[in-house]
Amino acid sequence: MIRDLFKALWKDKFARIALIVLGVIYLALFLADFIAPYTKDFSDRTMAYVPPSKVFAIDENGKFSKPYTYNYVREFDSDTLQIKYNLDRSQKHYIKFFAEGQTYKFLGLIPMKRHLFTTDNNGRIFILGTDINGRDVFSRLLFGGRISMTIGFLALFVLFPIGLLYGGISGYFGGKTDMIMMRFAEAVMSIPSFYLLIILASILPSGMTSSQRFMLIVLILALIGWAGFARVVRGMVLSIKTEDYVQAAQAIGASKLRIIIKHILPQTTSFVIVAMTLSVPSYILSESGLSFLGLGIQQPDASWGNMLKEAQEFTNILYRPWLLTPGFLIFVSVLAFNLIGDTIRDVLDPKSKVR
Amino acid sequence: METLKYIIKRILQTIPLLIIVSMISFFIIRLSPVDPLAELKLNPSVSPETVEKERARLGLDKPIIVQYGKWAISFVKGDLGVTSTGEKVSQKLGERIPNTLLLTTIVILLTWLVGVPLGIIAAVRWKTNLDRILTVLTSIGMAIPSFFFAVLLLMFAVKTGWFPVGGLTSPNFADMNFGAKFWDIAHHLILPVIVLFTISLAGLQRQMRANMLDVLDSDYVKFARAKGLSENVVIYKHALRNAVNPMITLLGFEFAGLLSGAALTEYVFQYPGLGRLILEAVLKSDINLVMASLMMGAIMLVAGNLIADILLIITDPRIRSKS
Repeated sequence: MIRDLFKALWKDKFARIALIVLGVIYLALFLADFIAPYTKDFSDRTMAYVPPSKVFAIDENGKFSKPYTYNYVREFDSDTLQIKYNLDRSQKHYIKFFAEGQTYKFLGLIPMKRHLFTTDNNGRIFILGTDINGRDVFSRLLFGGRISMTIGFLALFVLFPIGLLYGGISGYFGGKTDMIMMRFAEAVMSIPSFYLLIILASILPSGMTSSQRFMLIVLILALIGWAGFARVVRGMVLSIKTEDYVQAAQAIGASKLRIIIKHILPQTTSFVIVAMTLSVPSYILSESGLSFLGLGIQQPDASWGNMLKEAQEFTNILYRPWLLTPGFLIFVSVLAFNLIGDTIRDVLDPKSKVR
Repeated sequence: METLKYIIKRILQTIPLLIIVSMISFFIIRLSPVDPLAELKLNPSVSPETVEKERARLGLDKPIIVQYGKWAISFVKGDLGVTSTGEKVSQKLGERIPNTLLLTTIVILLTWLVGVPLGIIAAVRWKTNLDRILTVLTSIGMAIPSFFFAVLLLMFAVKTGWFPVGGLTSPNFADMNFGAKFWDIAHHLILPVIVLFTISLAGLQRQMRANMLDVLDSDYVKFARAKGLSENVVIYKHALRNAVNPMITLLGFEFAGLLSGAALTEYVFQYPGLGRLILEAVLKSDINLVMASLMMGAIMLVAGNLIADILLIITDPRIRSKS
């Protein structure tokens, strides 16, 4: 079935583009250590808020040359009282491909030195500029993307089993159990989800390691979505439980839990796949929103949301537009997920024509 | 009479719901590791006895169930307590809720005025270029993160100077006459409304289109066409009325989504609404304020759903007969 699904996706023009885009993004994130010219923790305090490096391929004599760049030097203009960044044209820094640069551990295991591109030791290449701490925005985009683009999936893998089991039990047992369980789910749904999200995030203790925090954010994201999902599953279970094969299973004395898990829930598979693909983007958006407010992933770890936090200041908005790049990446990946989700829905649920 | 009975039953159902909501919220907030008295304790000029008194006043020395009971009783009495800075919570909410309601109401009205017709057009012209363009546009609208869009618009406002940056009123608001006041608020509202409008429009248009397509596919529409009715009569008299009904259920959900979406937008635009209030309260771990704004958010959401249900009874006779 997965293969058919993939074929159908490939046939659709928009979905194919979306698949390719996501493929490229995930590949880049996988190879982040290699593609990024700097490591995650690299910062050059003298280079705060440096604009994107200018790369030249034609030298001052008008001849083609190997691509090179100049460093920026910070100068204070006493007339306009502004800090200016000028190119230091005294020294050319050639861009080197597959050359040795900062050491890193590829995938956290294999020590390596080679980067896709880098420049000589006293040169700096910041193709998307730097942030307030003089960290390379391009490198951080790659490392931050690893968090932003996986957190949604992880949350879904926590949320869906909970929602399936909850909805399954509620629908199958019926009566008082159903009533109590559904009232509880409705109550959770009655709290505006973003309010619930920020309150849950605010109770996280502050002294956690970044991986602990990551796991807890996953859990919190899962906690806000399960109720709505469980309700839909329950509705489906109500109609499935009257089917003949369920009664047959009851007649041979299968336990209730077994009937729910083995006989009823598998019938909801196609709905689950559609619901999952359609909800990935909303989790990406939730995480970035949370981190944007400073309640999600914390510095020094990068995520696309917390990188955008800096873009809240007016001076940054006006003079440092390169700080907005994470927003475009969020937009592109959410769009791609939406397009894929729509196509999957068309394939698995031909009756619905929402598209 | 039957309708009235149903409506009353529906209203009564919200009471246990809100009680469970308040319990969930209360226990989540009390889980917080932040000590509400930390600030007092650190202050050397405050004696330990005063801290103890404050603890007793807030009921923090009692088990959590008793704390909840105390909170619930005063909530029902209409006493929402004071914020950590000593202001009345009810007054604070009274300032903020109308602003959020203003914003969300305008957005809902606009999205319905634009989204429903666009959905109909897309469904009627199914698979034409117009439909495809609308689909692409709504996909884009759905994918923009609200806060990012807000930041971009803010950048636009700062660069051009055409729009005021942040807030709901200008500093000299008090001196204006009525017309100027109205214009001032409208001027401040434009950008937040654009953000929320773009985001909710996309979902609404898609839903309307899907409903309309479903209805256009049904037997009675085929029959109406076979009878030789004009296309306009078929679409606007027979199909539309049935396609709009599910949308009314959606109204409640839309309201919920807007409350959430508005929080981030309010934050970026420094708009004095409920969303920003709760955010500030959370950051300061101001329990009374968080609790009250959570409850207000939930009440607004439940009320939104309630209104949608009641509207549905009025527009859809099938539900009336079932209940």
